[in-house]
Amino acid sequence: MRRILSVLLENEPGALSRIVGLFSQRGYNIESLTVAPTDDETLSRLTVITAGDNRVIEQITKQVNKLVDVLKVQDITEGEHIERELMLVKVKAENNEARGEMKRLSDIFRAQIVDVTPTTYVIQLVGTTSKLDAYIEATRTEAEILEVSRTGVTGLSRGEKSLRS
Amino acid sequence: MMSGAEMVVRALTQVGVKHIFGYPGGAVLDIYDALFEANDIEHLLVRHEQAAAHMADGYARATGKVGTVLVTSGPGATNTITGIATAYMDSIPMVILSGQVPTSVIGEDAFQECDMVGCSRPVVKHSFLVKKAEDIPATIAKAYHIAATGRPGPVVVDLPKDIVNPKEKHPYVFPESVQMRSYNPNLKGHKGQIKKALQTLLAAKKPVLYIGGGAVAANCSELITAFAERLNLPVTNTLMGLGAFPGTHRQCLGMLGMHGTVEANKTMHNSDVIFALGARFDDRVTNNVQKFCPHATILHVDIDPTSISKTVSAHVPIVGSVEQVLSDMVEMLDNTGEQNDRQALATWWSEIETWRSTQCLTYQKSDKVIKPQQVVESLYKVTNGDAYVSSDVGQHQMFAALYYPFAKSRRWINSGGLGTMGFGLPAAMGVKVALPDSVSVCITGDGSIQMNIQELSTCLQYGIPVKIISLNNQALGMVRQWQDLIYEGRHSHSYMESLPDFVKLAEAYGHVGIRVSDPADLDAAMEKCFAMKDKLVFMDILVDQNEHVYPMQIKYGAMDEMLLSKTERT
Repeated sequence: MRRILSVLLENEPGALSRIVGLFSQRGYNIESLTVAPTDDETLSRLTVITAGDNRVIEQITKQVNKLVDVLKVQDITEGEHIERELMLVKVKAENNEARGEMKRLSDIFRAQIVDVTPTTYVIQLVGTTSKLDAYIEATRTEAEILEVSRTGVTGLSRGEKSLRS
Repeated sequence: MMSGAEMVVRALTQVGVKHIFGYPGGAVLDIYDALFEANDIEHLLVRHEQAAAHMADGYARATGKVGTVLVTSGPGATNTITGIATAYMDSIPMVILSGQVPTSVIGEDAFQECDMVGCSRPVVKHSFLVKKAEDIPATIAKAYHIAATGRPGPVVVDLPKDIVNPKEKHPYVFPESVQMRSYNPNLKGHKGQIKKALQTLLAAKKPVLYIGGGAVAANCSELITAFAERLNLPVTNTLMGLGAFPGTHRQCLGMLGMHGTVEANKTMHNSDVIFALGARFDDRVTNNVQKFCPHATILHVDIDPTSISKTVSAHVPIVGSVEQVLSDMVEMLDNTGEQNDRQALATWWSEIETWRSTQCLTYQKSDKVIKPQQVVESLYKVTNGDAYVSSDVGQHQMFAALYYPFAKSRRWINSGGLGTMGFGLPAAMGVKVALPDSVSVCITGDGSIQMNIQELSTCLQYGIPVKIISLNNQALGMVRQWQDLIYEGRHSHSYMESLPDFVKLAEAYGHVGIRVSDPADLDAAMEKCFAMKDKLVFMDILVDQNEHVYPMQIKYGAMDEMLLSKTERT
């Protein structure tokens, strides 16, 4: 089962490598991983998408929690939550037809064109993983995709529930 | 104002370090220079850094204090990795101070550079790369705190050469206490869970107490013994837990698991409640997890939540120290005056006694050749069962675990988790350094002893008179046993051809060597060995090459499916 784990950890060198190392060392799976400092710059928040049955997820949560640098771990998929991913897509847009089609498609997906050259567009899209996947599928039939960069998923619990030190 | 090197020494003194096991080299010369002046710390120069780690490990196992290792960068640091991994697997508190190349050249593949924090990451509890001299005292304080608290473990402190530069002086501030917002181990168990566990245990008809290394770490043998006696519970110790409940006690069933006794494994398998204290349901205990103790409700106390429900799901998990949880339980018992079902216990014990009466540790003696079991029994007699026994890894380790019933905690020093050959001699040395008045013995074999035999030289230099009892079967015995059982006796590379003359070797290192091959001479030779109190004696004991360790669990079977000899099984 797919799970989103949010981890609050010390913003210190080496802390990230301990988490990544733990996953590979214990044979856990990482589908995506994002990390950046929080509003408190001494802390980082890391979001990792992993998969496994309840037993595996319980072990992952406990193992991550055990790391000395880690303050809190939460499986946000346990409750109501919001998840988002950002994607940048560079497509070939050399003629009016392709440019028009990409503009229309982007509007439908509420994506933004953030860079324009005579031959290319860079389009930015924010949403769930499946929305981003759907956009790529739709684009493929309209234009040539030159490159794609995705941030991986980040997320928060809905309501008052929060991950704080 | 102080240099970084002086700070290291000062901080080590402040955390109470009395002994360091180490080896100098370029990156730590400034620290060694500062150490030259230190009167409160004794440094022991080893012959190989791996042994330094094992010595610090043995030192820690025997005393519960944090062991300390000091090595240089690159190969000095990487040589300790096996020792660190050994300590990590068995939750032994240790701090490893490693030199590092100057911060300005880190990452440039400088001479003797190695990413020690990266290399050791999977086998440490935590690690630090110190970037500023001012951080040294606080980092060392944290390292010792982390190593010793919660589930203990090894901590690496990597010290680049420029931050210990003797020419640059900085203010020295040692923290009054260590506070870490991200590290607060939970010692106190959940009261509700403890109560639930106690009720389940009291209601049990066929309970068993399963004691692991966590009980040794928690230093609460007396508490466990009193508790077990109060409820008349059968007790089994893991390889790591030997001595935490006295092996000589009427209620002790001996070790459980792969080479456990029939009574221990049968009792586990047929129990209705297993009360696990500081044990981790390791694969060498459970055998096939799917067939593990089918009728048992599992109450599991461990200080480390990851140990709970990792291999076997616990019905009542309790996160906390064995000592605290058991104290709470005793208090509850005192308050309610509750008892367990004495009638049921009596029936259970009579069943257990039928298993015990099979006397699974009986072996055939011979007047021609010494049996390895016999050597351990002789050692037990001569040392009155009160020695600190360190072991290497293999058949001799299992013979020692089975035939030397440890009456006290911390007397049995062995690499249980990682199974590190070469551990025994340096560990025994660490014990002897920590407790000079104790009798420190290393039980080993002709394979294991050669993995750190160079330390005989260190023993001479510092006068460390450990006793080495080598069960020499001229083969890698445990490998051979498996080859006999599983590979139709195809002894692929398990012979120790061209063994050295160990007696001459011991003598060459300045010690005493004794060879014994006749069973009739064994006891006298053993007496002679231990009568030489101030001498390191190497006993090269030629034992039966064909002996196997039994009982032995049958692969993929349940706990109680065992081979009892070369021809019998349960």
